[in-house]
Amino acid sequence: MTHPPVASNPGPKVRVVTLKIDDHDVGARETDSILEIAHANGIRIPALCYLDGLSTWGACRLCMVEIEGVSKPVSACSTTASEGMKITTNSERLKRYRRMILELLFAERNHVCSVCVSNGHCELQDLAAECGMDHVRVPYRNATYNIDSSHDLFRVDHNRCVVCTRCVRVCDEIEGAHTWDVMGRGVNCQVITDLNQPWGDSQSCTSCGKCVQVCPTGALVKKGTAAGEMEKHDDFVPYLAQMRKRQ
Amino acid sequence: MGRTIKIDPVSRIEGHAHITLHLDDAGNIDDAKFHLTQFRGFEKFCEGRPFPEMPALTARTCGICPVSHLVASSKACDHLLSVTIPPTAANLRRVMNLAQLIQSHALSYFHLSSADLLLGMDADPKSRNLFGLLKVDPQLAKDGIRLRQIGQTIIEMLGGKKIHPGWMVPGGVSGPLSEESRTTMLAMIPEGLDIAGRTFESFKDLIGKFPEEIDHFGNFPTMFLSLITPTGGLEHYDGFFRIKDAEGKIVQDRVPLEECQRIIGEAVEPYSYMKFPYYLPMGYPDGIYRVGPLARLNNCDFCGTKQADQALDEFRALQHDRPVSSSFHFHFARLVEIIFGLERMKELLESPHILDTRVRARARGNNDEGIGVAEAPRGTLIHHYKTDDEGLITWANLIIATGHNNLAMNRGIKQAAEYFVDGNDLQEGMLNRVEAVIRCYDPCLSCASHAFGQMPLRIELHDCQGNVVDQIVREG
Repeated sequence: MTHPPVASNPGPKVRVVTLKIDDHDVGARETDSILEIAHANGIRIPALCYLDGLSTWGACRLCMVEIEGVSKPVSACSTTASEGMKITTNSERLKRYRRMILELLFAERNHVCSVCVSNGHCELQDLAAECGMDHVRVPYRNATYNIDSSHDLFRVDHNRCVVCTRCVRVCDEIEGAHTWDVMGRGVNCQVITDLNQPWGDSQSCTSCGKCVQVCPTGALVKKGTAAGEMEKHDDFVPYLAQMRKRQ
Repeated sequence: MGRTIKIDPVSRIEGHAHITLHLDDAGNIDDAKFHLTQFRGFEKFCEGRPFPEMPALTARTCGICPVSHLVASSKACDHLLSVTIPPTAANLRRVMNLAQLIQSHALSYFHLSSADLLLGMDADPKSRNLFGLLKVDPQLAKDGIRLRQIGQTIIEMLGGKKIHPGWMVPGGVSGPLSEESRTTMLAMIPEGLDIAGRTFESFKDLIGKFPEEIDHFGNFPTMFLSLITPTGGLEHYDGFFRIKDAEGKIVQDRVPLEECQRIIGEAVEPYSYMKFPYYLPMGYPDGIYRVGPLARLNNCDFCGTKQADQALDEFRALQHDRPVSSSFHFHFARLVEIIFGLERMKELLESPHILDTRVRARARGNNDEGIGVAEAPRGTLIHHYKTDDEGLITWANLIIATGHNNLAMNRGIKQAAEYFVDGNDLQEGMLNRVEAVIRCYDPCLSCASHAFGQMPLRIELHDCQGNVVDQIVREG
């Protein structure tokens, strides 16, 4: 899907900085995140909770990069650029960390790709392939998670959820309904509708389906889809985000 | 006190099982049991899942016949949707189901059973396999591989994958057939028919060498259950139930598929994870019946294609005036069905509307109970689901094709063991014949087929104190 360019609000003046990403000299505004700068310059950094057009969450940690002089990796989505930064996006250590993060995500809930409606169209699955995660070294929890199929059009399967909160943010920031939120902590953390009521009973949901389209996995899906049929399109988000800013 | 011979595992079948032969004090066969030793639990872990996922989920039951589960499950979901799917979708499903039938029958006959038939039941087990077959009759071995490839290729062209395609969905299929794919499929069929024809001819020459096996490989009176077309023809996708008794008398006819519970009951035995379906009005175990290619050919009035009908006449000549009763002739029936499958696929692919793009009916769940029935290569396959108001599965029951033959397989191995096995002097060939009875039924016990020659076989003869008095070990 393509949209006509939207004239951006000039806003306050920002400084331009120069930095190196994987030995490439790049220039950017100092308010830009490392992830935005890398993507703008054709440098791929894996990410899962980040979505262009939504606020930054920094939860998945897959976009970690190394900055020369900084001992710990930092998340590229929530770290802004500064002058002279030297950034590494794909060291052996980072690759190892990313594989481990993905293994933990797969072990935490029940991501059974072969029978999932998002099989073949899943960002989590794609990231596993991209990062070389060919097996899971930690035990699967095999915990029981609920499926809420009470909505007329959509379904949430918490077995497939990675709690990236894209649904929460798009519903709040773009649709303005704030139907989705998060409850619980640790492995009990899960997205909820309204005050943890069945989705079909939600008074605030507008049934717009944006949450479904931005969900990176098979957690939020259209009802009636069979295995592998759930294809999603989230490229409307940056356009709508810009339109919101204009108002 | 008697002794027990254990054949563990049963080789060249799909899945894991063993056989126990129970001897009396004189070393004669007292009883024989076929034990399915694996537990899967699909019916239980399907609970709570949305019903549109069921075709793909249940197809994972098996890597050999996933298409059969796709068909039965999709039909059960059609029932839940309460829709009539577009005729083109039904015909495309038929094509894939027949392609599955061809590749599975080819696997059974060429890869799993022909070594026994060509090399002999008493041949050295080290060479009694596909590699031994390649040395003795390389053309037959290659034919088997090619025929299987034709079936698998057609499945892949329709569903995107040879194994576990996801193309068959509730309401129809997810995409239409392209002209290019149709042309490619049709081009393969003449070669397939050549292979099937010459294999059929060569098999007819072979069966004269097995009079004892024909008489004692599950040769007893039972009923036969299968689907038939509304006019009594050979059917694999839809139609009605027909049950014939051993004399050829029709016991039940034109039974709607949704009424399967009226005629089929299920029993369990403590020694096996496989259920024991039986003909409900006659009770258990008197309601023994057989399914699969033997039952389908015994039950149908005609095949409906030229070469297959000629082959059916020859099948009928095996036993005049009544249904063919020896389970050895499952092989014969399988080869007839390969011919039929290829001819019928050709008809379907040449039908005028096969390229129509309207291949899916869409609806929400309108029924809370759905039953889907189709003929898998091994026999009638039944998927039965119940859902809640939100379309989540609350109960599932799968009556697997192989399960219908469970009573007959148990009776068959006992008959063969009584005739061939001398409990006081075990020979490998004796026990191979007992295994070969099971192979006639081509049971599909799990989602994996075993590689030739890889399965170890250990048979032990125990005395009444539990001491091993004799044993045969075949290394894996």
